[in-house]
This record gives sequence, structure tokens and C-alpha cells, in this order.
Amino acid sequence: MEVLNTIFVLPFLDMADSPIFFAEVVVSGLLTGVLYSLVALGFVLIFKASGVFNFAQGAMVLFAALTLVGLMKAGLPLWAALALGLGGAYSLIKNLQQGSRNGVLLSGAVIALAIVGSFPGLPIWMALIITAGLMVVLAVAIEKLVLRPLVNQPDIILFMATIGITFILEGFGETVWGSDIHRLDVGIPDVPIDVAGMLLSTFDMWAAAIGAAMVAGLALFFRYTVIGRALRAVADDHQAALSVGIPLKTIWIVVWSVAGIVGLVAGIMWGTKSGVQFSLSLIALKALPVLILGGFTSIPGAIVGGLIIGVGEKVAEIYWGPLVGGAIENWFAYMLALVFLLFRPQGLFGEKIIERV
Amino acid sequence: MLYREAGQYKTNYADDQAIFPLKQDRWLMAIALVVAFVVIPLTSSEYMLQAVIIPFLIFALAAIGLNLLAGYCGQISLGTGGFMAVGGYAAYKFTTSFPDLNMIVVFLLSGIIAAFVGIMFGVPSLRIKGFYLAVATLAAQFFLQWLFNKVAWFYNYNPSGTITAPPREMFGVMITGPNASAEARYMVTLVIVVVLALVAKNLTRGHIGRSWMAIRDMDIAAEIIGIRPLHAKLSAFAISSFYCGVSGAMFVFLWLGSVETEAFAITVSFQVLFMVIIGGLGSILGSFIGAAFITAVPILLTNAPQFFGFNMPIDLQKHFEVMIFGVLIIFFVIVEPHGFARLWQITKEKLRLWPFPY
Repeated sequence: MEVLNTIFVLPFLDMADSPIFFAEVVVSGLLTGVLYSLVALGFVLIFKASGVFNFAQGAMVLFAALTLVGLMKAGLPLWAALALGLGGAYSLIKNLQQGSRNGVLLSGAVIALAIVGSFPGLPIWMALIITAGLMVVLAVAIEKLVLRPLVNQPDIILFMATIGITFILEGFGETVWGSDIHRLDVGIPDVPIDVAGMLLSTFDMWAAAIGAAMVAGLALFFRYTVIGRALRAVADDHQAALSVGIPLKTIWIVVWSVAGIVGLVAGIMWGTKSGVQFSLSLIALKALPVLILGGFTSIPGAIVGGLIIGVGEKVAEIYWGPLVGGAIENWFAYMLALVFLLFRPQGLFGEKIIERV
Repeated sequence: MLYREAGQYKTNYADDQAIFPLKQDRWLMAIALVVAFVVIPLTSSEYMLQAVIIPFLIFALAAIGLNLLAGYCGQISLGTGGFMAVGGYAAYKFTTSFPDLNMIVVFLLSGIIAAFVGIMFGVPSLRIKGFYLAVATLAAQFFLQWLFNKVAWFYNYNPSGTITAPPREMFGVMITGPNASAEARYMVTLVIVVVLALVAKNLTRGHIGRSWMAIRDMDIAAEIIGIRPLHAKLSAFAISSFYCGVSGAMFVFLWLGSVETEAFAITVSFQVLFMVIIGGLGSILGSFIGAAFITAVPILLTNAPQFFGFNMPIDLQKHFEVMIFGVLIIFFVIVEPHGFARLWQITKEKLRLWPFPY
């Protein structure tokens, strides 16, 4: 009785006792949830379009944030800029021979990236553009070197390959930029403000706003652009999309680039909050329960799932955590998602699973 | 010419059902066993045993466990580290509570505890599958790690929070604890691994293994031909966790000697998954090859720069190692998605005709 009381009654009494504090907890949970959603979004985009469970999303977040910080501080190291420039020049020559206009433009852009990127101390907007460009280069490289040779392999093999990409990105990012903790300052103020009696951080509000804007932008992109339509077609049915002439290769590059840029935004948010460091890569593990809760194929699912996990985690940590010794954040989200899955195996908004023999 | 079945007749059922129907395979196996039981303990240095061979065997056992689950039954699990932790901590509790218990019994008992935990975390597999299940098994990983970290009973209220293998003897020889020689620990590990590998091989050839494979290939179809998914899936989880548990117990007692929960972190789960996939899903031999590859490569990478006379700063070298490891994984996955086991199979086919391929 005593035990049941402490588990099922007292926490709720605590909540009712100080509603403002409870609201504060919930709101801060929601704001963290937005950040989880941002990471999960990258997963969903790639899974929808290519069926690849991209474990490297966390490493992409880390890599993007590291690159941004590195560009703002020191610029590309000489050898990296050289390698990038030479790679760009090579593909420029090849594309000129083949007469592909888009290819020529792209390789020209890569060379420009390499040249501009090697100046130290770039202003933030320039560093942002270059990092986004590098994420596109990365997407092209992944498509060419990893995904294309593995077409038609079982999912688990592709999953393995993305774990390989994780290692490469982590190792490469830290080789180029070093493994210290970097401070990232993008000029968003972080002061507590008072909203209806609650103390909230302006930075968190900004993060939520940017996250929301990003999601809205993506939704519009998917809805109204040609590429967006093609993306939705691919997500629906690969073979049907191929047969009406949608170039799967281009689509994959686009999705991985978009996922990389979403990763960049997530990296900026997390990096400003807690410093750009290796542990950013572990963010992927935080986003996984969000994914299974929301469904692998659903963008609204990723967002709602992120919010639920964010709030659930914070509330559980504060009200039930002390009962079992604290630090339950690591696994609580997974348990929540697991229990949820028992009742709805396809996640919140996932497509209904229909199976036939 | 050297490796072909010509002239080897199967005249009774026992021959027909032998694990190694070919004489050449039996010879190879016998040589491997002689090397393992006689040559290695006589010739290997303490460092070699401790740093390479013992971890190889222990991880091979864990890889067999995961292979039974993922390769034979098709249920991907990322909770291997958690189940190994259950084995390690259970063995510690058993041997500190009952100091007279034979260590082999302790290992088996801790495997059984792990099996029960495995069944508990296997229940979701009845409802969900594929990557949803893989992520769900991460719950086991994080929850178990947290549990063993937070609840002091599991490490006997030790202020440092670590568990340390107490000295135990078997047949008058010290096999665990700081005074146990590497040779003794190696022999115990080897015997357990060989016996359990044999059991695993036979499990996969028998009724239960076939029902797992039916579930893996298509669970609804399997259900229709009369295989009970509940039994097949949960038994796969139980037996897989048993193997992981025994491997975790040996990880603590026969290899590291003293661990905290960090030793069973998610990186271990991924490592074992690499072994299974690089070795070959659905192959016991593959588990061994994969384990050998994954344990050997980091050691080679660490020592390679000195060997070639490079001197790199230590952190740079660490990053390079991680990067090269990633490249290798992608390389092998692209070159042979079915793993080393498949390469071995191809080699055998080629050998049948070699050296006269006409």
C-alpha cells in the first residue's frame, strides 16, 4: 500500500501542488522534444525515400556541427581543401566531357567551397552555406560509394553499412577538427524570460521556432516542388516510381542532402546548448525511441513522438526518478516506446502493417 | 582433387547426418582442435592469450548467441551487451553467495538467468519485427546497464561499483582471480566454447533450428504450416541470451577479471553485431571468423604504424583507427554481403575442382 502510494499517488499530488513548476517541466520537456524531433526527422526522410535505416544520422549531426565550428574558427586545413578542390576539379573535367550541365555547376560549386572554406575566421552565414554545401558533397559521396553498390541487399546489410559510415564520419571529423569540446555561438541569446510565471530560456524558444519553421519548410517542399513530388512517389513505391521515369539516384542524393542539412540544424541547436563534442553523435540513440513511437515512415510521427518523449522523459525523471535512484533518462524513453508498441506495433502514425504469405 | 567427395559413400543414417560428412572436413576440424588444445597453450605468450585469443573465444561465443537469434531466427537484437551483463553479474552473485560452487556450474546458471531475462525482453518480438524490434531491444541494453549501475545489491555494495572475479579453483588449478594463469583461463574458455559451439551447431540442424529458420524466412507462412511463433521466437531469445550470458560471465571471470557496467555498453552490442554480419548471418563457423576479424583488426591497426615506423600522436591514431575500421566494414559488406562464411563456401566449391577445373 505504502509503495503503491508513493508510485501512483504522491507524484501526482506533487504535480497538483505546484502547477507552475509542473508546467515549467512540461514546457522544457516540449522544447527538448523539438530537438529530438529534428534528429528523428533526418532518420525518417532517409527511411521513407530509400528504406535505409540510417544509423549515421547522429554522426552526421556531429560532423556538421564540427565542420561549422571548425570553419568559423580555423577554416579547412590545407590538405582537406586540396583534396576537396582536386575532387571537384576531377568531376568538373569528367562532367565537361559528358556535357552534363548540372554536374558542371555542382563541381564548380565544390571547387568554390574548397577555396572559400580555406580562409580562417569566416562569418557565420558563410560558414553555414559552406557546411551545407559539404553536407551535399557528403550525400553524393555516400550515394556513389556506399548505397549504389548495395542496391537490392537486405535491410540489415544497409544498416551495417550506415554503422560503417558512422565510424568514418566520427573518425574523419575528429581527425580534421580535433576532439576538444568546441563552443558554438551563433548569436542567439540565452537568457531566462518570464512567461505566465514560468521561467523559460529564450534559446529554447528560438530552437523550437526554428525547428517548427524547418518542418513547415520541408512540408511545403514536399508538397509543391517537382522534386518533393518525386520524393513522395519514391517513398510510396520504388519500382512504380522508377517505371514512370523518376531518377532514383538523384532522389537519394537529394534526401541524404536534406537529411544532412536537417542534421546541421540539429547540430547547431545541440551544439550551442551543450558544446560541440563527440557525445553529439550519441544523439542518434535518443532519437531512436522517438522513431519507433512515431513510426519510421511518418514525418508528423517524428514530431509528435519527439514531443511525447521529451515531455515523458522530463516528467518521469523529476517525479518518479528519485524513487529509483535517478538517471532514468537513458532508458525511460525506450520503455515508453516499447510499452506503446505492444499496443500499436506500427507506431503512432506508421502505415498499417499488412502481411500476406 | 584434394577436396572432393568422390568415393566417400554414406552407407547408414549416422553417416548421412554427420556434422562433417566429408573426410577432409573432419581432418581440418581435428587439426584445428589439436592446434587449439595443444599448440596454442604451448607456444603462445601470456600477452597473446590475454589480448587476442581469450577475447576472441569469448566474443565468438557471444556472436554464436546473436547469430542464433539474428541469423537463424531473423530477430535483430541490439541488446547483446545487456544480456552479457546479466551473465556477468549473475555469475558474480552466484559465486560470492556460494563460494564452493563449481565455476562451470556458475557459468551455466548465469546463462540460465540471462535466458530468463532474454525471454522477458523477447516478448515484444511477438508483436513487432524488423527495425522496430531492433530498437526495442535497445531498451534491454540501456535498462539493464542502468539497473546494474544503480542497484548496489548486484555488486555487493562495493563502494567502487565494480565487480571483481574472486579467486576460484577447479581440479586444483586456479582459474579465476588475479593469480590464475592465462593458460588455465584459456583452457577453461576453450572447453566451454567448443562444447557450446557443438551444441549450437546441432541445435540449428535439428527440429528447433528448422523452426527458427522457417520463422526467419516468413513468419506467417511458418505459422500456417504449424510452427508456433511464440515457442520459436521465445526459445530463440532464451537460447541466444543463454549463450550471451555465459559469454558475459566468462568476459568478467576469465578475461577482464574486474569490470563495471561500462564494459557492457552499447559498443559491445554493436561489436558482436559486426562479428555476426561480417562473419555471415546464419553460420556458426561465420561467428568464429567474424569474431577473429573484429578482435584482430583493432589490434593490428593499433600496432601497424609502429611496425611501419610511423609515429603519430596518440589521439590522431585513435581517430584513424576508427575511420579505417569503418572503411573496412563498408568494404567487406560491399564485397561480400553474405560474410566470410560465404567466402569459405565459395572457396570449398573451387577446391573441389582444383587444380583441374575441367
